[in-house]
Amino acid sequence: MSFETVIGLEIHAELHTRSKIFCSCATTFGAKPNANTCPICLGLPGTLPVLNEEVVNLAVKAGTALNCHINKLNKMDRKNYFYPDLPKAYQTSQYDLPICKGGHVDIEVDGMKKRIRLNRIHIEEDAGKLIHLEEQPVSLIDYNRVGVPLIEIVTEPDLRSVDEAVTFLRTLKAILEYGEISDCRMEQGSLRCDANISMRKTGQDTLNTKVELKNINSFKELQKALEKEEKRQRELYTFGEESKIKQETRRWDSAKGKTVPMRTKEDAHDYRYFPEPDLVPIIIREEQIVSIKESLPEMPAQKKERFARQYGLTEKEVDIIIGDKALSQYYEALVLLGAAPKAAANWILGDILRLLKEKELEADLIPVRPDALYRLIQIIAEGKISITAGKEVFEAMFITGKSADAIVEEKGLSQISDSVELEKIVEGILDSNPQSLKDYAAGKTQAAGFLMGQIMKASRGKANPQVTKELLDSKLKERLE
Amino acid sequence: MKIESMTAHEIRSGLIEKRFTAEAVVAACFERIRQAEPKIDAYLTLCEADAMAQARSIDERIERGEVPGKLAGVPIAVKDNICTDGIKTTCASKILYDFIPPYDATVAKKLKDADAILIGKTNMDEFAMGSSTENSGFKRTRNPWDLERVPGGSSGGSAAAVAAGTVPLALGSDTGGSIRQPAAFCGVVGLKPTYGLVSRFGLIAFGSSLDQIGPFAGTVKDSALLLEAIQGEDPLDSTSVKHAVREDYLSGIEEGVKGMRIGIPVEFFQAGLDSEIAAAIQESIERLKAMGAIVEEMSLPITVEGLSAYYIISSAEASSNLARFDGIRYGYRPEAFENLEELMEKSRSEAFGAEVKRRIMLGTYALSSGYYDAYYNRAQKLRSKIREQFREAFQRFDLILSPVSPVLPFKSGEKSSDPIEMYLADIYTININLAGLPALSMPCGFSAGGLPIGLQIIGPHFGEDRILKAAYALEQELGLPDRKPAI
Repeated sequence: MSFETVIGLEIHAELHTRSKIFCSCATTFGAKPNANTCPICLGLPGTLPVLNEEVVNLAVKAGTALNCHINKLNKMDRKNYFYPDLPKAYQTSQYDLPICKGGHVDIEVDGMKKRIRLNRIHIEEDAGKLIHLEEQPVSLIDYNRVGVPLIEIVTEPDLRSVDEAVTFLRTLKAILEYGEISDCRMEQGSLRCDANISMRKTGQDTLNTKVELKNINSFKELQKALEKEEKRQRELYTFGEESKIKQETRRWDSAKGKTVPMRTKEDAHDYRYFPEPDLVPIIIREEQIVSIKESLPEMPAQKKERFARQYGLTEKEVDIIIGDKALSQYYEALVLLGAAPKAAANWILGDILRLLKEKELEADLIPVRPDALYRLIQIIAEGKISITAGKEVFEAMFITGKSADAIVEEKGLSQISDSVELEKIVEGILDSNPQSLKDYAAGKTQAAGFLMGQIMKASRGKANPQVTKELLDSKLKERLE
Repeated sequence: MKIESMTAHEIRSGLIEKRFTAEAVVAACFERIRQAEPKIDAYLTLCEADAMAQARSIDERIERGEVPGKLAGVPIAVKDNICTDGIKTTCASKILYDFIPPYDATVAKKLKDADAILIGKTNMDEFAMGSSTENSGFKRTRNPWDLERVPGGSSGGSAAAVAAGTVPLALGSDTGGSIRQPAAFCGVVGLKPTYGLVSRFGLIAFGSSLDQIGPFAGTVKDSALLLEAIQGEDPLDSTSVKHAVREDYLSGIEEGVKGMRIGIPVEFFQAGLDSEIAAAIQESIERLKAMGAIVEEMSLPITVEGLSAYYIISSAEASSNLARFDGIRYGYRPEAFENLEELMEKSRSEAFGAEVKRRIMLGTYALSSGYYDAYYNRAQKLRSKIREQFREAFQRFDLILSPVSPVLPFKSGEKSSDPIEMYLADIYTININLAGLPALSMPCGFSAGGLPIGLQIIGPHFGEDRILKAAYALEQELGLPDRKPAI
């Protein structure tokens, strides 16, 4: 008997707004604790929320990019629960009338295309953050994040494997990034994922008892958490012990690399949702939807198709470059400056990705600006330095931030293209290698390669290979005559 | 200077004409407070030093020839659920016993801009839940007409402060009658504006969809003056209405009631209504007719169901609004606790009073899964019907007239043991909040025992001008403002 995995995801994405959802506090990450707070987001008595219009616009944009139906009449509700990170003791969210219904995302796994349906997208506010001190029995609260606008995207249980789930999240992330809806910095918590997973006999369409996995903050964690839970459930099903699977919520502990129980169905909250009386219903006009739709930037799927067509890149190259919005922007900037599409791709896929990984940097933090790299490409094309030297220069640019010209100058890497100087070196090598000359005369052409190597060595790599080759060929001809 | 017999209008014109100074007004005001307050206990906080300083600065500006604000030098008391920057705001609850807001409610800011002088913060039922001010976590306020009796509630402190002549104006809040009923009990004018006419920003919420801030005054004209000062759309309150509000209620206030169509809802005159109140209202109806109003009986059958809808909706909203008082960030916190849960539990169970706890439980229950449809949803549907029935009524009538309370001011402790009986005191006022309508309570007579009787004039949405015209005409006809309690 075979079993199949059923996965549904709930994704929280921070919307890319300057101010919070209900007040004018900044949303910047990394500020001093509680610096980005005011009486309104702290929920001090008597204060009232006023909805940030940009939140509605971005949620509509997300709905448009994800093929949803936009509910022209929707409303905010209160989700009530006590916790110190929630200063009003309710989260303002959307319950039975979310801003977007339905929708879908097309994904591709192992060359197979698949459509994943969405259930809904709703608007809500983020909560604060508790910090538990280690040495003292004290917890501190940072309310900077409270009131940061979020959208929650809920899928249907359409994902059938861990791979599909991870690919879905990657595809969704790219759409939100390209649409400038969220900056999706998973390491800063601006994109978070909860996963529901259950198992069933292949071919059935029932939904069995599911387990909810929370607090997943990277693709790797999503993969690990799902794989572990999938394995556990599959084993129980295989041995007919599926009744041991309880409906529960488990928290992913990234330090321990496993999930730990949070709560079972029995102690699930009753959130006592009811319409938020402090806000009026949200009404979206048709013109608003149309203008948001028109303002939507090129989405990753179209961009992939265009990159393949316009720049003649392979599917794999396109996938990597487009998989990261910052990389694709860098790439197009390079090409626009005049770099050959293939060469530009090689720089990104080679040295740039390698150095980013080594220095643990995100692609939007490439220290070499596209115009600076383009200057380096030009220097190489002009024959001033070799490709090998070029790679060395690029690394130095990456680390020091200096220009290509400055580094070439500093390191004395300029190629020797001056024929008088080169002639001296070539003559010297030919004089000191009579055996090779004889071999060459006897028809052993590889002797020329050896001589070339000797010349490069003597010039400490600075000899311009093309000029040197031509010079060597003519000198050999001369000597044989 | 006898502050207790002066209106806000008289104080302002006296200042402008330099017949006296704001400093003298404030001094007289505190002189009166020192006489009356030991008997009445209307205030929780007095702001004498700040008030004197503000008075002097207004005097200086008048001296320099500046034209001061609309309420220049007028002493005003503010209910203690309205936030005042730097001044303790407690909602008469132990849980906020030391809470000092770092911001002004929009109305408090508007009062400052109008150069009104804040005299103090007034006592109330804890979190505005009650009809007698006996639910205050700090003290009991007495009715200036009979110290044995309650001043009504929940804005009992504000009503008593005006009735006792300590201030000509006060602000209250009305969720189900909390301005109108104490106004009736204390023999002053109280107005609950249309929902959305006055900003709620800074009003510590009880039932957010019902709460409105409104004026108390000794006269109809003074209440119109205060309404003009506090009304208007507020960018900080999304439920404040972008309605072209009338800037001025006073210019047409003397136009009279001739030709006005006034409805008398039979449901508001049935069993349970005190006979002396019924007689006084009848007398007012006759006077209105004599002045040319067209008065007719009519029916609002849905309103008999309003009480249950009101207690479900207001308690449901309150259960959520009051959840933030958890002892974590501000307010009361127990000295000892083992863990987070105990900290929250102890804070709430030790600092909230019995009535507040009762409503939190009622509201929590009404919102619980499995009960939501039977209670909250049904109450909301009923609310829509109530709104609709009033809308239809106002197609036929300009105003609706009724009693404010079925009973005369009762004795302290008389009803506090039976919550249902206490809830019935709101029976004529709660429907108006459910429908979001404006309504005014004004004195229309006295019982044989010398207790004030209130009359309620209800108008359509944003019909405050019409209400004030009728109230002014009746006030002039009855000549009651001259009658003051002897303290």
